[in-house]
Amino acid sequence: MLPFVPVAVEIDNLVVRYGEKTAVDGLALTVAAGTVTAVLGPNGAGKTTTVETCEGFRRPDSGSVRVLGLDPLADHDELMPRIGVMLQEGGAWSGVRAVEMLRYVATLHAHPLDVPALVERLDLGSCGRTPYRRLSGGQKQRLSFALAIVGRPELAFLDEPTTGLDPHGRREIWQLIRDLRDDGVTVVLTTHAMDEAEQLSDQVHVVSAGKVIASGTPDSLTEHHTKSLEDVFLELTAPKRETR
Amino acid sequence: MSSAATYAPRPGSAPWPRKVLAHTRMEFKLLVRNGEQLLLALVIPLGLLLLLGGTGLGERLPLGSGRPIDEAVPRVLALAILSSSFTSLAIATGFERRYGVIKRLGASPLSRTGLLAGKIGAVLIVEVIQLVVLIGTGFALGWKPIGGFGAVFGVVLTVLCGTAAFASLGLLMAGVLRAEATLAAANLLYLLLLVGGAIMTPVDEYPAGMQGVVRLLPSAALANGIANSTVEGVIPWAAALSLALWAGVLGYLVSRTFRWD
Repeated sequence: MLPFVPVAVEIDNLVVRYGEKTAVDGLALTVAAGTVTAVLGPNGAGKTTTVETCEGFRRPDSGSVRVLGLDPLADHDELMPRIGVMLQEGGAWSGVRAVEMLRYVATLHAHPLDVPALVERLDLGSCGRTPYRRLSGGQKQRLSFALAIVGRPELAFLDEPTTGLDPHGRREIWQLIRDLRDDGVTVVLTTHAMDEAEQLSDQVHVVSAGKVIASGTPDSLTEHHTKSLEDVFLELTAPKRETR
Repeated sequence: MSSAATYAPRPGSAPWPRKVLAHTRMEFKLLVRNGEQLLLALVIPLGLLLLLGGTGLGERLPLGSGRPIDEAVPRVLALAILSSSFTSLAIATGFERRYGVIKRLGASPLSRTGLLAGKIGAVLIVEVIQLVVLIGTGFALGWKPIGGFGAVFGVVLTVLCGTAAFASLGLLMAGVLRAEATLAAANLLYLLLLVGGAIMTPVDEYPAGMQGVVRLLPSAALANGIANSTVEGVIPWAAALSLALWAGVLGYLVSRTFRWD
């Protein structure tokens, strides 16, 4: 049966290796358009590699990835204007000023968001003229978020969007992600924060050792909130103990 | 706070020329803010020109058979082109990779051709400034180029072909080496070519056994091309061809090794 909801991301049996090490090992998942999907897993589970394959930075060793129906490598120039990407770190010249960077990226797009409004929303006004290398971790993170959405993408990949933010900053980013979804943007985020996945996502994929080991809505994974997502996660990812 | 459709998707790339212009402006602005880059682009060639053309030093160095200032100006121009098209570009691009800027741009609508064109645009702007300052200083020191329009054409042709060749070398280096290694290697090669690559000294002044090799270097073609234009008034087709071949080979290697991360 064909799904009625359009598929934004389709990953099938993806394998990505770095030399000897297999970072992603037969991972499969789909992301329905218009949803917030969390890819949840411990450090080193293959979350970033998976997302970077969707963004065209990694070539699959086997398996396939389609993003908005396109091949991230072969259709790079067609896909990039349609997606927004928040890198886990870096991504700006050390001497560039925060708002200057945002304006520059906005100029690359046909119909960017209003930059002053975005600066206001992400509280970048006070550091707008600060060179990137002197921004705090939280300011870098908020700028990086702004860069991901300024082009009005259909689909935003957010790699650990709230790492390094204080509780207020975190709540503001959560609300912004909800607003994006409500306005029709598909969001894929990686996180190892349980509450983030639970609070925000329509669908959670738990990833461990390069594979999806569980998928579902937060409600179904927590068995209607009888368990916390953290317990579920720990059960799923615990190293198997040998019985003596 | 936000109205219903604030973030409603409306994706699209800006037109190619606007993207290239935006990137050129950005790279140029960052370069002007960077003191070391300005030192390399202007202070060193200007100092060298003043030393060679404004003091008696030029008389005692093997610059060539003409008046020292006439020999010094084209060779200092070649050095200036080498610094901006190769050394600065390689180092800047190496650190862009280190800081994730190349990756960030890889996930933007800029595209590979847009990135390349934007970078070349910034290099060309710097080169125009270098040429204006150095040629102006040259005239002030009594430089008398030969050859009128032909010489201008010869210089422009050599500068463009040389920029293509050395920018390709710089991008190749920044693509395959780490940022620190690029920094070291780009500076080292700049110094080696300055002394050993027939930039400041004509090929004929090298030991006979080395001349055959030195003559094939792109640095020799760049300096000789500009010098032949302004000292002898000939259009340096051979130098331009040599540089174009270097650009072709190095450009191919860049296209094979380029990556967005």
